[in-house]
Amino acid sequence: MLTQILIEVIQLLIVGLGAPLLVGLVRRVKARLQGRRGAGLLQPYADLHKLLAQEAVVSETTSWICRFTPYLLAATMLLSALLVPLLTTQTPLGFLGNIIVLMYLFLLGTFFLTLAGLDAGSAFGGMGSSREMAVAALAEPTVMIAIFAIALRAGNTGLDEIIRRGAADSLLLLTPGHLLAFMAFFIVALAETGRLPVDNPATHLELTMIHEAMVLEYSGRYLMLIEWAAGMKLLIFLALLSNLFFPWGVALAITPFALAVAFVALAMKIGALAVGIAVLETAVAKLRLFRLPALLSGSFALALLAVISFLFVK
Amino acid sequence: MLALWNKIWTTPVVTEPVVRTYDDAQIEAIARQVDERARRLFGRSLHIREVDAGSCNGCELEIGALNNPYYDLERFGMHFVASPRHADCLLVTGPVTRNMADPLKRTYDATPGPKIVVAVGDCARDCGIFAGGYGVVGPVSAIVPVDVVVGGCPPPPSMILAGILAALDMRDNPQSVRSTDGPVSDDGAQ
Repeated sequence: MLTQILIEVIQLLIVGLGAPLLVGLVRRVKARLQGRRGAGLLQPYADLHKLLAQEAVVSETTSWICRFTPYLLAATMLLSALLVPLLTTQTPLGFLGNIIVLMYLFLLGTFFLTLAGLDAGSAFGGMGSSREMAVAALAEPTVMIAIFAIALRAGNTGLDEIIRRGAADSLLLLTPGHLLAFMAFFIVALAETGRLPVDNPATHLELTMIHEAMVLEYSGRYLMLIEWAAGMKLLIFLALLSNLFFPWGVALAITPFALAVAFVALAMKIGALAVGIAVLETAVAKLRLFRLPALLSGSFALALLAVISFLFVK
Repeated sequence: MLALWNKIWTTPVVTEPVVRTYDDAQIEAIARQVDERARRLFGRSLHIREVDAGSCNGCELEIGALNNPYYDLERFGMHFVASPRHADCLLVTGPVTRNMADPLKRTYDATPGPKIVVAVGDCARDCGIFAGGYGVVGPVSAIVPVDVVVGGCPPPPSMILAGILAALDMRDNPQSVRSTDGPVSDDGAQ
């Protein structure tokens, strides 16, 4: 019992405290690729600390949704942190929900964030909300199909079971369906976490914003919660990508040594994906909004092919 | 694509180390009572909102240069944000025109405290050549409280950076703040 509580606490700490570091790493690598020195790895912690101590200015035209959403976002991300198998395939609270529950937890946050974007009644907020919903509606089928592709292979939608099957049979990782599903899920992860080429997290241009436009009205601790939640979402998506598709090092049994190995493996896998995202964001430009359906339906096609290939290549 | 990667690979970090050679005649600090907490917080993280209150865009070009790899504002933990609600520093340029006086005031009110205001350029200080114009209300300090004034037409990016850093330093040792006056001639050269 104590071990299980300990594992869940470690998962919370990894997601909660690791998220700003991950954001800092992506920014740092991008800065170096642009020939800049960039801010330190720990800069996001300083930013969050400053926001937390700052005054929160709330527009007087807003309703409870505006004040409620940041807490909901942080809460859904922390709840997801309990469900996702980060270190071991025996996540104590893994029985609470499978990968479908996880995706709809994310969507609950997205839903409330779009409402909050509309709440203050500013033009940019409404524009961001409408775009976010368009992207979410396009990404949704891909997420589900890509999940089915890997769930079919494992014969189970439980996250732990999928990883256990992958770790048991390493040849599974080389099947075309697996690689296609990985590519589809990666593109969707970029769309869901608001990275290039779908959305630019570093933009100052209101007209090109998606996620940033919805949070223009937030300040102080509310903004801190939203930015923290965005970082946690990125970390959870990268953890899912690395553990579901490359289940190397995940602890199959709960021993201190196995957990330590799993932690190092997770850090290296997420680090590699973060560097990959930074390189990608340096190399590609943001897609025009009306080109996004092409990208996302392309990833949908990849996911569909992954499911079909399961029927032929067993 | 390969050419791009080659360029990225062969280009070193071009960011210059910051040199503070400007004296107080060029960076004019107006002491304002700010609590210790603000200084501690902003020492590591500062989010800047740029407000063009009627500038000719000369200052904006120099401010824009702060983002390039040569000056690299981000290494000090500062960056420009899209909303005054995200900001804790307002960078105001230009003589305040009648149309921008109210938006400037509202931007200041929308910025969460503790906050600092840096007026950039001769126009922001004393309306420059636009002083007395029928469309001009007055300098920035006539509308919102100003912490630091950076003179010049336009001031070079390194001086704007020094101005922002001076605003942060000001809290370290308030007695070092000197309010100087007199016109500053600056041709924009280093």
